[in-house]
Amino acid sequence: MASEQAALPADLDGHRAYLYRYAMLQLRDSNRADDVVQETLLAALESRSAFAGRSSVKTWLTGILKHKITDLIRKQAREVAVDSQDTGDDPEESRSYADQFFEQARRDHWHSEPRAWEDPERSFEQKRFWETFEHCAASLPAQTAQVFAMREFMGLGTDEICQAMGITATNCWVILYRARMALKECLELNWFGERPSRDN
Amino acid sequence: MKLQYFYRTLNGLSCRQASEMVSQSLDRQLGLIERWRLYVHLRLCQACRNFSGQMGFLRKAARKHPLFSDRDD
Repeated sequence: MASEQAALPADLDGHRAYLYRYAMLQLRDSNRADDVVQETLLAALESRSAFAGRSSVKTWLTGILKHKITDLIRKQAREVAVDSQDTGDDPEESRSYADQFFEQARRDHWHSEPRAWEDPERSFEQKRFWETFEHCAASLPAQTAQVFAMREFMGLGTDEICQAMGITATNCWVILYRARMALKECLELNWFGERPSRDN
Repeated sequence: MKLQYFYRTLNGLSCRQASEMVSQSLDRQLGLIERWRLYVHLRLCQACRNFSGQMGFLRKAARKHPLFSDRDD
């Protein structure tokens, strides 16, 4: 393995850090991330002649990596299905997770009403915002984070995600709902909350 | 009883259901009746409108993430 690693030309190997970061956000396991990046680079080396330079090397490598990650997740989902699915991410639990945001006694009205985030897109220019965003995404429960990453970062459709994860479409929507609620809450607390709120 | 609260009751959609629909609208095409119910709810409910804006922002943020937007540095 080590000799193969040494044999990688610099123009491919130079993307290793970027690919690793990408893989980590999806897999959150450094060993798996390392492996999948290594596989990607080797596959790239092999199919080099097929790369026609239509896109940049980085885009090309990212494309290969996406496939490798999806394959890995698919395999993982199959294994999980075998040794009983108690990841704590079943839809029922996600539904009860949302309980904290609503008051049943008031016909499921908001517990604390979402307020408008002021000019939120200005945050895109700030590096610290992206750190906060990544931190929030990484603090989701494992399966929730994975589904969210596949949907929003990789831009896969829910049907593809269902297939890869071995879950139903309804599960998928519930998990995504949970992910978004948690992310919104996390950003509110760690980013937008720093600005003085106008209401309340 | 507040008028808004009355209308929301009439419309039959709680904020919780509305928030679920807002989230799902990012993942699937809502049916005509769902869209209508959500539309009426959002017209009447500032909190859910804010929520809807936040969900739109999350989508945009994920797609604009420097690591995932397909730009090269």
